[in-house]
Amino acid sequence: MSDPEVDLELARAHGLSDREAALVFEILGRKPTYPELGIFSVMWSEHCSYKSSKKLLQTLPTQGPCVIQGPGENAGVVDIGDGNVCVFKIESHNHPSFVEPHAGAATGVGGILRDIFTMGARPLASLDSLRFGPLDDPQQRYLVRGVVSGVGSYGNCFGCATVGGEVTFHRRYRKNIVVNAMNVGIARADGIFLAKAAGIGNPVVYVGSKTGRDGIHGASLLASSEFDEHTEEMRPTVQLGDPFTEKLLLEACLEAMKTGAIVGIQDMGAAGLTCSSFEMASRSGTGIEMDLDRVPQRETHMTPYELLLSESQERMLLVAEAGREQEILDVFAKWDLDAALVGRVTNDGKMRVRWHGEIVVDIPVDPVAASSPVYERPQARPADFEARQILDLATVPPEPDPSGALLELLGSPNLCSREWVYRQYDQLVQSSTVLRPGGDAAVVRVPETERGLALKTDCNPRYCAQDPYLGAMHAVAEAARNVAVTGARPLAATNCLNFGSPERPECMWEFAESVRGMGDACRALGVPIVSGNVSFYNETSGEGSIPPTPTIGMVGLLEDVSRAVPAAFRFAGDVVILLGETFAELGASEYLAVRHGLERGAPPALDLAAEKRLQALLVEAATRGLLRSAHDCSEGGAAIALAECAIRAGFGVEAALPELGGRPELALFSESAGRAVVSCAPGAADELLALGRAHRVQAARIGATGGERIRIAPGVDVSLAEAHDVFTRTLPEALG
Amino acid sequence: MSEGHEPARVGVVMFPGSNDDRDLARGFALCGARVELIWHKDTRLPELDGIGIPGGFSFGDYLRCGAMARFSPVMRSVVQVAASGRPVLGVCNGFQILCEAGLLPGALVRNRDLKFVCVDTRVAVEERGVFRDGLTPGRELVIPVKHGEGAYVPDAERKPRVAFRYVGGSPNGSTDDIAGIVSDAGNVMGLMPHPEHAVEALLGSTDGGVLLRAFLAACVAARQERR
Repeated sequence: MSDPEVDLELARAHGLSDREAALVFEILGRKPTYPELGIFSVMWSEHCSYKSSKKLLQTLPTQGPCVIQGPGENAGVVDIGDGNVCVFKIESHNHPSFVEPHAGAATGVGGILRDIFTMGARPLASLDSLRFGPLDDPQQRYLVRGVVSGVGSYGNCFGCATVGGEVTFHRRYRKNIVVNAMNVGIARADGIFLAKAAGIGNPVVYVGSKTGRDGIHGASLLASSEFDEHTEEMRPTVQLGDPFTEKLLLEACLEAMKTGAIVGIQDMGAAGLTCSSFEMASRSGTGIEMDLDRVPQRETHMTPYELLLSESQERMLLVAEAGREQEILDVFAKWDLDAALVGRVTNDGKMRVRWHGEIVVDIPVDPVAASSPVYERPQARPADFEARQILDLATVPPEPDPSGALLELLGSPNLCSREWVYRQYDQLVQSSTVLRPGGDAAVVRVPETERGLALKTDCNPRYCAQDPYLGAMHAVAEAARNVAVTGARPLAATNCLNFGSPERPECMWEFAESVRGMGDACRALGVPIVSGNVSFYNETSGEGSIPPTPTIGMVGLLEDVSRAVPAAFRFAGDVVILLGETFAELGASEYLAVRHGLERGAPPALDLAAEKRLQALLVEAATRGLLRSAHDCSEGGAAIALAECAIRAGFGVEAALPELGGRPELALFSESAGRAVVSCAPGAADELLALGRAHRVQAARIGATGGERIRIAPGVDVSLAEAHDVFTRTLPEALG
Repeated sequence: MSEGHEPARVGVVMFPGSNDDRDLARGFALCGARVELIWHKDTRLPELDGIGIPGGFSFGDYLRCGAMARFSPVMRSVVQVAASGRPVLGVCNGFQILCEAGLLPGALVRNRDLKFVCVDTRVAVEERGVFRDGLTPGRELVIPVKHGEGAYVPDAERKPRVAFRYVGGSPNGSTDDIAGIVSDAGNVMGLMPHPEHAVEALLGSTDGGVLLRAFLAACVAARQERR
């Protein structure tokens, strides 16, 4: 099969703009070969080059005392004491998961796991932030089942516990679901590996699975354009995962790293062999010479184009110290994995690829990798932005049935129990999970130490749709609060920015506002962003885009993991205290959406200074051992938080929330930020209230735990059994 | 284990795809054992008092759970250890491997609802074979399960000796709520729940330690008998 003739038409079909195509000709001083065109197309795709987002991302805070490695590597690295570091990142796999939910989600998990162990860390815990269209739509139920089984099948077989995440439903995800996978690994501080191709003459080694024809153009065509009527035909661009091989690759890589013979290593993810080799050479200012005939191949007659662009999974590229390559080959042989010497590091800054003795690619590394096009896309605030913020409570009738409202909210798709999801995940492997899914943040022990990590992903897309700046701030604040209620100090974060097309000015404005909000909140709370990923083009022609979804993955540190505070009440007869102040804030709330079908109004205000004080109070109270339980108030407000604490505990609660404007729904379901519901032993209540005053956080004794009912004034009185039933049956009934 | 004994020396086999190998080794160690990790290709094993086969997805479970692992070189040694009367414990995938290898009767099949399940279970002790120390019949233990293929199906012609039964119904559709069994000789035990995930109060339960200590006590007893 001979390569097609390269012309402008073919360049366009590869997703390059006319200007970009002209730039390719200019850089090479000639017409590119077919494989070269393929390389430019993936390397300059939105997915790989961040060409529309790069400028704005540079405004995020990325530095801090704990940061060892910020954005730009496979994952971020922070110091967690005892000579250990935490390596973590979140990444999207949205487009493939819509096209093929099981395989798409599975390889999303596989990709993020490789990012972590590429750096020398053993993956310890996964979280998955999942967003779908309405649960009453059969296609969405198919997607939920497929994605959850995909996440589970990969993580369970690989042997990394899945300890948390989120699942939300909203009509604007109907044609574009969101699948964000986060992984957290642990390494020794002196055992971090970077993606560099240093040392002229050093061998380049390919390890892992053989290369096949799967996933070609996954990054450039599938993930870098919106969906249309041809999306179904894209199924072959979705990769297939093999978690067993990845598990072997993990063990082999960690063992090979111990030999000391590895100079640099990078996983082959998006754009496979091409992206990994270009990025490694670019970071080291070197070149690479590669012979494609040496690449282990799963299929026959693969062309250079296919070999370079395949996104076959479970593969790594590493650079070894010259003369010590045999040590590495031996390790991979022990694990029955392919390992092949495919090239050498050169000093001429060029990528030269041979196939059948012929040079098929000869391009300078830097113009492709580091100096790819950067765009400042036009932004436009949507015309209805101000109108959206208006919510006249006088037009909303006061809640006549607070008990009924509580039960309806507890059973609503966005607030009901997620047990149907997480019981399909191995939450326990590696025997580190101290707080399992179902509460706020999950807590895992750092192996062989007394420390713990609190982990949480967060984003409220309803808030972001109303006001992307404030919504993104909430994502950061809520993730940090979720970590703090366990007693952990928020340390650092990773972000996954899911948006529509950057070529639409409204979308670009949403993106810019979200990044600005995220940056402001991170600075205020002292939490740097150390890694992340951008997913644009989450839209479908004729359907519009997803709501702005800037997901935050937060990592917090507990000095003493045995002090971790669970969300559920622990003992009957304990005192219940509400921390923080409640305001009349029903804008963009779950209550309005569920009870009145309204998505209107501004999200709750956010006082970041008050938020910081609350979090400091929670950490100190946990450290002093004052808290029996602590649960953050977010979607559904204080009443839902209290009900969740009781349902999970298996006994009731009696509490009175502060009266607000004479309307029960404000006191019960207002989503004011900076609040938490905590319980303590009766003897500890005074100390806790005093600690609240010292931190200038409003702390009110609102009731006590115990009994068989959930009684919350004003107006809620339901049996625990009924609340439990309503809370737990929604997902199993819908999903089987 | 009583004072004055040399600790039990147990091996934990690592197959490619074993996930709970370190967990089981750690669980045994926390209960006082000396533990050796054994690679599945090893044919010359150290002197051992007993062997544990851990959970996970040996060989990816791609053909059938445990079907590939039973052909690994190490399995000859496992069979020898079992034949000598020394204790062998298979947890989850390890249970599946012991069934495939014919050391235990019956088989494990897909869960009733076809989904993986990870949840705490309560199991009651019935026949305990040689694992007598602390495993009183009737005693209930809270130990988590996590598996996709954990529904036990007995051989048609052979009634299994039930070691553990789920209390309040099985999470997987297991025949007669069977959670674990012992061999006719009483020294080979397989179960779906993971005792190694329940040895520390910090992680939710210490009931798994009861079982692991019973296993180690049986290891010491077997060693004394051999001498």
